[in-house]
Amino acid sequence: MTYTSTLPAVARSRGRWMRQLWRLPTGRFGIIVVACVALVALVSLFWTPYDPKTVDLAARWVLPSLQHPLGTDGTGRDILTLIMGGARTTMFVAIGSGIIASVVGIVLASLGALTPRWTRESMAVLIDILIAFPVLLIAMMISSVWGGSLWVVIWSVGIGFGVSIARVTRPELRRVLHSDFILAARASGLSDMQILWRHLLPNVAPVFIVQLSWSMAVAVLAEAGLSYLGYGASPTEPSWGVLLANLQAYIAIHPLAVVWPGLAITVTVLGLNLLGDALREATDPTLSRGRDPLHPPRASIRHVPEVIS
Amino acid sequence: MIRYALTRLTLLLVGLLVASVLIFFTLRVLPGDVAQLIGGTQASPAQVEAIREKLGLNEPVLAQYASWMGGVLRGDLGNSLLTGTPVSSELLQKAQVTVPLGLMSLIVALLFAIPLGVFSAMQRGRKAGTAISFASQTLAAVPVVWAGMMLILVFAVWLGWLPTTGFPRAGWDEPWAAIRALILPALTIGIVEGAMLLRFVRSASLQAIGQDYVRTAAAKGLTRNQALIRHGLPNVGLSIITVLGLQIAGLIVGSVIIEQLFTLPGIGRMLVTDVGNRDLVKVQGELLVLTGFILVIGFLVDLVHRVIDPRQREAA
Repeated sequence: MTYTSTLPAVARSRGRWMRQLWRLPTGRFGIIVVACVALVALVSLFWTPYDPKTVDLAARWVLPSLQHPLGTDGTGRDILTLIMGGARTTMFVAIGSGIIASVVGIVLASLGALTPRWTRESMAVLIDILIAFPVLLIAMMISSVWGGSLWVVIWSVGIGFGVSIARVTRPELRRVLHSDFILAARASGLSDMQILWRHLLPNVAPVFIVQLSWSMAVAVLAEAGLSYLGYGASPTEPSWGVLLANLQAYIAIHPLAVVWPGLAITVTVLGLNLLGDALREATDPTLSRGRDPLHPPRASIRHVPEVIS
Repeated sequence: MIRYALTRLTLLLVGLLVASVLIFFTLRVLPGDVAQLIGGTQASPAQVEAIREKLGLNEPVLAQYASWMGGVLRGDLGNSLLTGTPVSSELLQKAQVTVPLGLMSLIVALLFAIPLGVFSAMQRGRKAGTAISFASQTLAAVPVVWAGMMLILVFAVWLGWLPTTGFPRAGWDEPWAAIRALILPALTIGIVEGAMLLRFVRSASLQAIGQDYVRTAAAKGLTRNQALIRHGLPNVGLSIITVLGLQIAGLIVGSVIIEQLFTLPGIGRMLVTDVGNRDLVKVQGELLVLTGFILVIGFLVDLVHRVIDPRQREAA
């Protein structure tokens, strides 16, 4: 892979990724799922079929019907309404932790790639150590001091995935740093920060965006898992994890109700994972499509800080 | 080799040090007044002072850290703030549930991921291969709690083969009941973790199929699949060992949630309870043991990989 492109060329190729992404079945599925979840989350801000807090004891455990497409829970709340509200919480956590992961990732990777040798190498060691901290344990650690909340989820996923983004981005940054165009930029008098913003970051963006997509998938799982344990969303907030925890006790009597939140989480995570896979395929020109038997698809070694929820 | 082992050992020790500092700092220094935090808003100043005295919070931070680490090196993780029992003995007792659970989950994951992963690589482009690949992609997206609930529903509620939740009070004195109690939890973690492992095995096998030595073996008269199994698999095995370190971290995290769902008296459930109780001494010890375990496994995995991979040996 050679990086001879200047900034406008990078910008031009961005349009190509999008088309490429849509052409891949996985990419298309990912885009559609993520768009749907985002749309539902937006709609839930203004309208839900019922009020999520209204308790209607007369309508407890109603099976799916025209009035309640997904049925109701043990206090007569409409499950579709709760799922829609949960989409909002999920999007909030995914976007929030995505932003923090980006900032942490860029800062750690830059410190690990652009600073003098001594700091650079210690940074690399630190990143290797931090990667051993699973997101869930970080979250438990923060919760034990400040109590659980959605912010705990956002911060712990953000930090945890920021570290793995840094681990993947750092070597990329090092590699791009040795390109001729960086030398040219430096010769023409750009400062280190300018070079970072205008030349380095756009060039590592593909690797970065792929990781970001996967980190959002982990954020969705982490939110569900931590909310289930009681350290994420509070019981009054709409959340798929809280819903699972509430319905758990009735699983033997009302199994159908438990299906919906799990399905919502699975489809969302699957969408984000596939979007990440497709992004990698669309943005990495060295990756073959797997039709040539001599050059099968490159091993998908991806680093997921372990949170399964 | 010895040189490499020593370098890697230094890295492990640095890692353990960084982990202990981070945990100590987050739990003891960041909150400001830890004694007030533990006592809660209801605590009287005298109670808070008593907690402060008990934890040695009046000493300088470095001295506190040193005394904690001194205890850790002697195998003493301090005493629970609530019950006063030693944290290390309680950890050992709970490990009797968590370690077997982790091992069983790992066995389930390996048993189903390796054969299916290799098989789906052989069947690439055919229906079976695509179906396995699709199923593993979906399974890897399933939240562990929900997977557990669905398994409870099928195997405990509908079929009635296994207990829904709980662990025999007599523990391993009733080995059969204890194992029965761990089957569903281990299946849950094993299947979800195994789905990720399967995807990895599949791509490692696909990569092996494309290697020159497999092609050569095929040219000398083996079928492509025979060539993959005889010559490609040892290399697939190598890459499995490298991801195993990650998988172990996954098993630990999985067990935290699954022990909660199945109400198993293990380390994960203890951690969740202690976080709720703000028993910071216990949380501190548990987190140190868990992250230490992950770091040590990573160290061992790297060493084993070095020992059995002849290419790496020669490079040294």
